Parts: sequence; structure tokens; C-alpha cells
Amino acid sequence: MAIILEVRDLKTRFYTVDGVVHAVNGVSFDLAKGETLAIVGESGSGKSVSVMSLLRLIPMPPGRIESGQALFYGSDGPKDLLRLSQKELRDIRGGAIGFVFQDPATSLNPILTVGEQIIEIITRHLHLSRHEARERALQLLASVGIPDPEVRLGCYPFQLSGGMRQRVMIAIAIACNPQIVIADEPTTALDVTVQAQIVELFKRLRQELGMALIWITHDLGIVAGLADRVMVMYGGRPAEVALVDELYDHPLHPYTIGLLGALPRLDVDESRRLVSIRGTPPDLMIPIQHCPFAWRCDYAFPRCWEEIPPLVEVRPKHMAACFFDIERGEPRHDGN
Amino acid sequence: MLRYFLIRLGQSLALMFGVLLLVFMMLRVTGDPAALMLPREASAAEIEAFRERMGFNRPIIVQFVDFLSKAVVGDFGESLHFRTPAMTLVTQRLPATVELAATGLLFAVLIGVPIGMMGGLKPGSAADSLARLLALMGQSIPNFWLAMLMILFFGVQLRWFPTFGRGAWNSVVMPAFVLGLPVMGQIVRLTRSTVLEIRSEDFVRTAYSKGLEPPVIYLKHILRNASIPIISVIGVQFGYMLGGSIYIETIFAWPGMGQLLQLAIGWRDFPLVQAIAIFTSTVVIALNLLTDLVYAIIDPRIRYGF
Ligand SMILES: Nc1ncnc2c1ncn2[C@@H]1O[C@H](COP(=O)(O)OP(=O)(O)OP(=O)(O)O)[C@@H](O)[C@H]1O
Ligand SMILES: [Mg+2]
Repeated sequence: MAIILEVRDLKTRFYTVDGVVHAVNGVSFDLAKGETLAIVGESGSGKSVSVMSLLRLIPMPPGRIESGQALFYGSDGPKDLLRLSQKELRDIRGGAIGFVFQDPATSLNPILTVGEQIIEIITRHLHLSRHEARERALQLLASVGIPDPEVRLGCYPFQLSGGMRQRVMIAIAIACNPQIVIADEPTTALDVTVQAQIVELFKRLRQELGMALIWITHDLGIVAGLADRVMVMYGGRPAEVALVDELYDHPLHPYTIGLLGALPRLDVDESRRLVSIRGTPPDLMIPIQHCPFAWRCDYAFPRCWEEIPPLVEVRPKHMAACFFDIERGEPRHDGN
Repeated sequence: MLRYFLIRLGQSLALMFGVLLLVFMMLRVTGDPAALMLPREASAAEIEAFRERMGFNRPIIVQFVDFLSKAVVGDFGESLHFRTPAMTLVTQRLPATVELAATGLLFAVLIGVPIGMMGGLKPGSAADSLARLLALMGQSIPNFWLAMLMILFFGVQLRWFPTFGRGAWNSVVMPAFVLGLPVMGQIVRLTRSTVLEIRSEDFVRTAYSKGLEPPVIYLKHILRNASIPIISVIGVQFGYMLGGSIYIETIFAWPGMGQLLQLAIGWRDFPLVQAIAIFTSTVVIALNLLTDLVYAIIDPRIRYGF
């Protein structure tokens, strides 16, 4: 399938008064047209900063994108998002790439009507009159499953429920027919039943609009029915990237195995459902010098404390950043 | 919205009643009003006659009802000094004070808001240093000293502006600048800190993620959300300014209410002082009500009672 986005060696740091936070330490991935990529990992693993860096949505300062490339294959040839002018970047934001954030309660402007917040992005990117933009906003509200669009258009965010607000955010994200939608934990702040509805909505929209989707989540459980591929992140780096089924059947990185073990399972009794991996996440103030997972890893051997494992293709279309061959139960011997 | 407005209106009226009661009591409870108002040399017979004329010998309740019923039509009695209705004296001084206050406020807002915004949007930048400097200066330079300095330099030395009085079009410039400077300082500081806070809100990130142009984000998304505290300060400060500044009107010989108040106190002209006090309170209360209305227009959560 044709590639729409190609990210290479992305590095982002935050220069805070307490020190340098090494938030993203070399992230690379591809995204195909129409594909859904899930990014999973525990809190602080750099999921949000990675995707926000692509459109320079992190606060700068203190943030700085140190290196990397993010080639976007739009209709007019490949462009490196990290090197676009501010003006070109604004055309991509909300135009070719839409964003949905985690908390719909704070992500919408509290004092503007829902309609205004949808119409402003339409008139910004599509050459429509205000009246046509309003018509489009009504269609969008209907297509994200909001009843009574005419009425809702004039509502303020505080008059809507959490689920409705998130639907409005989604309407904004898809308003200008983006080729990629990036959703950063779009269901985390919602009730469980609403979460399922939002996932279903994304599945439907993805089909109708043919957009690629990057879906960030803590939770491998939600990924199975939704994503084509998964990138597992740890310490600001990809630990493992694979097709969903492949990842579930043959996890190669000890961290992924830990995550799968920690997966909430309905068949196990409540008290044991959220077993987490022992140890705490790495201290991002210290630059990475060896495998960031080594000291939490059951399989670590001396090399893991000396070198940073590169992300390599271990099985077909299945990459992992680990020196240990889980399947054979011994360190890997092949050059890496 | 209507409910909100009616509640605020009711509160304002109650407050107004409180002010009237307070002003009425101050004169009567603290001692013999007739003795207070007359010169110390006045004889007992003169005091008695005065008491009779002013109605101070009636029961206090009757006096209050009388006071109230006159107050609602703007009658606060005659000035002892001028022998003309006190309220007329106040309203004669009003245009000068309004001119001074409005010019001072306009200056404070037109300079303060943009500079505070630039500082808040780019903390640590040169614009931010300027903002912080202005905020500090505005709030720490003593206004009588600044007034003297300006009179000496721009008035006497350079002869750019008249040194006193209200005449030529440019005579308002110096007093308005001195009056507006501390307000400007406060507006700069408040705008800067509010914008700084709002700029990192999630919805501002959403606005950026939509590809909106920076001016749209700054004005429509950030400034509008930052405007509530700014408007509240503007309302309060304008109230003070409309009360007339005794210092500034005296130094610049500006024929406004502050100057009148200073004279009235000197003359022990109680009815006139009362009229000024009540008028000023009314203005402050009315401005508060107006500010509340503007809040409701800007912020729908207030309008819908959230
Ligand atoms: N503005 C900032 N200033 C300083 N550090 C930051 C900033 N934003 C993020 N970080 C740091 O970058 C690291 C990665 O954060 P990020 O938000 O990407 O994590 P995440 O994987 O999205 O986690 P979560 O699941 O909790 O959302 C964290 O250590 C975080 O503290
Ligand atoms: Mg996050």
C-alpha cells in the first residue's frame, strides 16, 4: 500500500528549569494510506509528544525538536513536516491532518458555540462561504451521530455531555477531509459505554472517508478490533512494531509481553485484572545509554546494559528493539 | 439572562439603599449635625435656628424618609457655601471629570492590553521585558511626583501642554496620563498573567491544530477568554476615576469633582460632600452592574447560570 507518512528518527526534548526531559528519543514509523496505526505504551512513554511534534503542537519553548524527518506524501508530492514554513504548516494542520485530543471537556473553547468552532476550521481550509460552511457543519454533526444538529450548532460546550463533546471534536478533525486523523487517547476521559460508541464511530468514519488513523492509547485491549498495526513505545522509543495479530501471537519484546500480561481480562477476577509490570518508567532526565527497559527486564544480560538496541525486522514486517531472542530463549547472535 | 440581570439589579438597588443609609447615619449618629455644619463661632441661637431650618429636630425616622424621598429624585439639599442645589454643582463638574477619566482609561486600555498581551504570548521576549517594566513603573511611580515632573518638563520647559486648568484641547493630556498610568500598569500586569495562563490551555492547542492564523488565535481564542478579569479591573478603576481624583485635579487645577470635593470639605459644606459621595457611589454601583452585564455577554456560562 502507498505510504502517506514516513517518520524517521524523531527526537524531541524539553529544556525545563529542572533539566532536560528526553521525551522522544528516535521514533521511526510508516503509515500507509487508509491504515490504522495504534501507538501504545505506559504513561510518559512519549506517545503524545511524538505525534504532536509532527505538527509542532508541543509548547516551544520549553520543547525542541532536535532531529528527524516526517515525510508527508500529500497530493503535491512529499513534504518534510518538520521543515515546512509556518504558513505551509498551518495549511496542513486541520487540513490534511486532523487532531482529536484526550479531554473533550477542556479541548473545546468554552465561550464559543459548537457551530462557530466547526465553521471556523471549514472557512479556514475549504473555500466555502459562511453559509455553505454552516451547511457543511450541520452535515458533519449528523455524520458523527449528533441528534438535532440545528439545535446543537448553537450550543456551547458546557451544554453537551462528554461523549457529545468528543463527537464535536471528531467533527472538527474530519471537517476538511483530512488524509490522516491523529487521535490522542480519544476515549480515556469517557464512560465505558461511550468509549465503545466512539470507537465504533471512528471505524465507520474511517471506512466512509478512507483516512489513515493514528490512535494513541494506554490500553492494548481496545486495539485488537480497531488497528491494523501497533507500535509499542517505551522510554520515548519504539520497542516493537507489528501487525496486530502478529503482535498478539508472537510478541518479541519483553515489555510487550508484560503489557499483554497486564491486559485487563474479563475472564479473570476483578482483583487480578490490572497486574502491571514491576518497576517504574525510566527517568527521562537522563539520556538513554543502554536499553531503557533493561532494569525492569527478566531477560536482561550484559549487552543490554552497554548498548541501545536498534529497531530491526526480526520476523517479516515485525520489528523489535531487543537483543534477546525470546523465541529461542537466548541472546540474539545475528550482528545486532 | 434576564434572571441573572434582575438578580444583579436587585443587589445593586440594595447596595444603593445601604449607601444612602450609611451617608445619612454618618452625619447624624456621630454628633449634632447642626454644630458640625456651622462655624465654631456660631451662637446657640444660630445653631437652633439652623437646626429648625434643616429639620434636624424632627424624629430620625421622619428625617430618613424625607432624605430618601428626596434622594431618589436627586435632591440632596442646598450647598451651604453656594446656596444652590448640591446636585447641580456636582453635575456641572461632571463633564470635566468624565473627560479626564475617559481619556485616562482609554490611554490605559489602549496601551495596557496590547503590551500585556505581547508579554503574555512571548514570555521572556523583549516585548515581555517592556511589559514588566511598564507594569512596575505604572504601579510604583507616585502620581503627585510624576505630575510635578511633567508640569516642569512638558509644561514649563517645553511648553507642549498647558500647566493647569481645562481649556485648550490638549490640556487633558498630562492629567489623563498621570491618572491613567497606574491603571495601565495594573492592566499590563493582569493581561500578561491571564494571557500567559490561557495560552497553555487545551483549547488553544486545539485552535493551533486547526491551522487557524495567529491573529485569530490571539484575539478570538486567547484574548476573549482572558477578557473577563481585565474587564472587571477596567470597571472598578473607571469607577474610581469617575469619582474624581483629589490629587490630580488639585495639582492640575482641573475643574472636576475631585477638586469640588476638596473645596467642599474645606468649607464644611456637608450637603455638598454628601451629594458627591452618593453620586460617586451610584456611579461605582452602576459600573459594577454594567461590568456584570458585559461578563454575561462574553461568557455564556455566566449567561446560562453555570
Ligand atoms: N511541556 C512539557 N514540558 C516538560 N516536559 C514535558 C512536556 N510535555 C511532555 N513532557 C514530558 O515528556 C514525556 C513524554 O510525555 P507524553 O505526554 O508524550 O507521554 P504519553 O506517552 O503521551 O503519556 P500519557 O499516556 O500519560 O499521555 C513525559 O515525561 C512528560 O513529562
Ligand atoms: Mg499522552
